[in-house]
Amino acid sequence: MTTYSYYPGCSLKGTGKAYEESLLAVCGALGVELKELEDWNCCGATAYMAVEELSAFALAGRNLALAEQDPVDLLAPCSACYLVLNKTQRYVAEYPEIRQKVEQALKAAGLTYRGTAKIRHPLDVLVNDIGLKAISGKITKPLRGLRVVPYYGCQIVRPYATFDSQTHPVAMDQLLKATGAEVVKYPLKTRCCGGSQTGTLPEVGLRLAYILLKEAHKRGGDVLATVCPLCQFNLEGYQDKLASEYDDFVPMPVLYFTQLLGLALGLPAKQLGLRRSLVPSEPILARRNLHAA
Amino acid sequence: MTAIKQMMKYEADRDKEFAHWVTGVVGAEKIRQCIQCGMCSATCPLSIYMDYTPRRLIHLAREGFKQEVLGSFAIWLCASCYSCTVECPKQIKVTDVMYALKRRAIQEGAYPKRLPIPVLAREFYKMVRGHGRITEGRLVFNLFLKTNLLKMLGMTRLGLGLLRTGRFSFFKESIKHRKELGALLDAVKSSKEVAA
Repeated sequence: MTTYSYYPGCSLKGTGKAYEESLLAVCGALGVELKELEDWNCCGATAYMAVEELSAFALAGRNLALAEQDPVDLLAPCSACYLVLNKTQRYVAEYPEIRQKVEQALKAAGLTYRGTAKIRHPLDVLVNDIGLKAISGKITKPLRGLRVVPYYGCQIVRPYATFDSQTHPVAMDQLLKATGAEVVKYPLKTRCCGGSQTGTLPEVGLRLAYILLKEAHKRGGDVLATVCPLCQFNLEGYQDKLASEYDDFVPMPVLYFTQLLGLALGLPAKQLGLRRSLVPSEPILARRNLHAA
Repeated sequence: MTAIKQMMKYEADRDKEFAHWVTGVVGAEKIRQCIQCGMCSATCPLSIYMDYTPRRLIHLAREGFKQEVLGSFAIWLCASCYSCTVECPKQIKVTDVMYALKRRAIQEGAYPKRLPIPVLAREFYKMVRGHGRITEGRLVFNLFLKTNLLKMLGMTRLGLGLLRTGRFSFFKESIKHRKELGALLDAVKSSKEVAA
């Protein structure tokens, strides 16, 4: 059994609950143990850095200092958390003045920072640690006939291409292929979903979601697969608004890649949080003769 | 009456301090090497909405056009997708420059008033300082409270959908060691911010 430290981040406890549920279920089925990082705090996302720079690094640094106390890799499923933790580690190493301030701040909280935590995304772990071969061997309900659009969004591969290409990532394509699904060619796979703009400036953010979903539909997709709770929320949460604003808009379920993998592993729908979708996926799954257990 | 405005600047109108400051920002080390190729603007998914595109902002900032830069909508439209940072042939970390400009605009109160984005940033910041974690439902509620409460009506359907699916969080999330987190953040505050 492989063990990882698990940093859920705020969204996986709220709007992204289905991501946490399906991730835990999939890891359980594949013999991966996740230990939630004790007393983790918010990573700061994109907002904190817009207000203060050094305390943003110190805030993320606290999580890294806590994670270092355990030598196992740290799993960060939310793309924003994944990026902020990675960025903090790099900037602390690169800029002595940031390092000094972060170390000093952590000392005030009784913590020490060495910079040894290894921050990983679950997609990276599934494809590169567990391996596609091992996963393929455990598929009991292949997603045959389901046309899945692989959408990566930005911060999982940018600016640090830690485990995949910055512009043409393929890890999720490979994983989805292993589930038996038909992977749709999708050139917009790393185009931004709008981040927090969808909530603050809907006239701007909604159009970004529309462009992504329209292209996914045009290319014959049945469902869109995401790796990030904010992408999932932006692309799924406003589809009724998109339908009233754009005549040619066709709704499409937006699932986490872990939910799709879970289905193929034969896990029950309830464990995968399928009922937490605002745009239900059951009709299209039924049409493709795929029924969740 | 139409207001007549000076549209071009004399050398003396430029803010040299600001120009100097921006070259010292983390990530802007190579800003003077910008060749104005426009790759940042071309790859930016939000540049079509900007008053100044990223390419223009970089140039305005390093030449000391402080008011234009800090008062622009463009810096707040940046969603931090890092496309520009990855594509820049001169390795200017444009996203980091945008962050620095946002911080300076907040410090100086120079951002466009009633724009909800800086309000969200500050509400987010306050919630994290106080509790160590974000409760999404509360954050969104605070945002509407501070900007436009009426707009919340348009979100009723989404809110109900999230409630029905158990995704709406209003119960306050918090870490256990709030005191230690406070001490940690205060320790940074008491020292000077880098390049700010």
